[in-house]
Amino acid sequence: MSGSDFAGAVRRAHAAGRLVVQPRMGLGDPALMRAGLVATKAAAARTVGTITLDSYTRIGDLESAERAVRGGMDLNGYPIVTHGARATRRMLDGVADADFPVQVRHGSARPARIVEAMCRAGLSATEGGPVSYCLPYGRTRLDVALHDWTRACRILASNRPDGATPHLETFGGCLMGQLCPPSLLVAVSVLEALYFRSMGITSVSVSYAQQTNEEQDREAIAALRGLCAELLPDVDWHVVVYAYMGVYPRTAGGARELLAQAARLAVDSGAERLIVKTVAEAHRLPTIAENIEALEFADGVAAGRPKPAGRAAGHRDSEVYQEAHALVEAVLNLAPEPGRALVTAVQRGLLDVPFCLHPENAGRARSFIDADGRLRWAEVGAMPLRGAVVRGGIKALTASGLVQALSHMQRTYDAAALERSRRGAALGMSS
Amino acid sequence: MGSAGRGGRGSGDVAAVRQSGDVAASRGPGEVHQARKPGAVREPGRMVVVSSLSSDAHTWNLVFLQLLIEEAGFEVVNLGPCVPADLLVSACRGLRPPLIVLSSVNGHGHQDGLRAIAALRAHEELATTPVVIGGKLGVGAGDRTAVVKELLAAGFDAVYDDVPDAEEFRGLVGALAAIRS
Repeated sequence: MSGSDFAGAVRRAHAAGRLVVQPRMGLGDPALMRAGLVATKAAAARTVGTITLDSYTRIGDLESAERAVRGGMDLNGYPIVTHGARATRRMLDGVADADFPVQVRHGSARPARIVEAMCRAGLSATEGGPVSYCLPYGRTRLDVALHDWTRACRILASNRPDGATPHLETFGGCLMGQLCPPSLLVAVSVLEALYFRSMGITSVSVSYAQQTNEEQDREAIAALRGLCAELLPDVDWHVVVYAYMGVYPRTAGGARELLAQAARLAVDSGAERLIVKTVAEAHRLPTIAENIEALEFADGVAAGRPKPAGRAAGHRDSEVYQEAHALVEAVLNLAPEPGRALVTAVQRGLLDVPFCLHPENAGRARSFIDADGRLRWAEVGAMPLRGAVVRGGIKALTASGLVQALSHMQRTYDAAALERSRRGAALGMSS
Repeated sequence: MGSAGRGGRGSGDVAAVRQSGDVAASRGPGEVHQARKPGAVREPGRMVVVSSLSSDAHTWNLVFLQLLIEEAGFEVVNLGPCVPADLLVSACRGLRPPLIVLSSVNGHGHQDGLRAIAALRAHEELATTPVVIGGKLGVGAGDRTAVVKELLAAGFDAVYDDVPDAEEFRGLVGALAAIRS
């Protein structure tokens, strides 16, 4: 696996005018995991590999992971700690290389043991963040998560297998998957990148998950790039876009169109990498073949898209930029270390994630989808975003109103897909 | 928007079980969308408990259930994701809720649910509390009646395994609200 430098491979692809596409694949059995990576590498697309870990390993329940491996039971991901370095190196041998680096995706609020295990296996790229992997998914205390993340970052920063540069991606741009206004996503993504830098990580990527309005998503990625250019001048960074992470269209046509939209968003906004979703998303975990289909489809859409002429000027005028800038500034003023500032900001409600049930999240902020499909603020709590509140934008939220908002993209894209096939059928009949 | 639905940070409403760095306090999205009488006191016996199970990190289901139960006129304590059985028990012993609603969608609800109900029923004050469970409780798509039977036999009052909508559950909550008022 010499020189499997994650950011380097992404940079070379970008220079060659290619969008890097990546699956979320994770399989419990090493032979299957290897087959998934081999298929990803062989796909007719510019890919990097993914090892997604199982949920026992994610929450640190290594006993259950061990029991599952010994009992030959199915796991929903690759138990990297349990399989150990030797088995993982063997699994990756001849697959991971300079042009096909592999990233470990773990979802853990306390990732130090995971990062230790991946480093021992010769891997040097992973993702997450002390806020983004703590707030949405559990009840780990933020200061405990920060402490463990700090250990993980130190382990990763000093790990240079065969000279590869350790790489860390923020998950802050994907908070809650859906219904989080873009300015908060952008701010947390940037803040987690600043935290990674403060821990000695010199190669980062900043995430942003496609939301509900195309124009707002473009503004968000422009804002993300702008803030990174301002605040991370001494760090090698790129942008990774996630295809919509919320309730996914049920129709194959709707699912493909939503992925196509994500690929166009990535290319138009100058993003370097895209995490795909598959047509199986609304129904079950995708197969390897469905993942490959999604990678090749997204690659095809991206390849057919003209590259943007230059950096979007005027990104500072957008609502997303101004809100994100205000959040980042307010948080950084709290403490000299970005990690401590992040935790304090959440505890004081300066960062307040709508609908997040974590006991330390203030829970006063509230979002809604407006008539244009843009995510807006109905309440901002203690966040420095007073001017962003849309008064009377939403009546009291009900259970069915929440379901409507959560399924907004599913309904929109399924309806359009059904309409397209109806029109297609009508044309077929008239010809 | 201070509210009685808020049981977080140091409110002391819920017995705090701190273990291995996890936060035990609870709070839900109620205050996010429902202004309540300021200074209203959370009384034991009036707060419905909504909770995930030990291995399940999903939360949108919990937010939905909280809203639905609040619409029926109850107040809700939302314990959030990844709630171990001992935390569930300590929270419920303190609150003596009129209803405990467990929701799981990660496919481990069958096993985790059996552990949770055994822990709840082991305490005299929770022996007759209505406890229901719903969501996607198993990984298989096959016949689920055995799982439902097993959960009912273990002490659940109702099991909603992969039901298409919330109407039946809404009916139960409405009936409970009518009895109470």
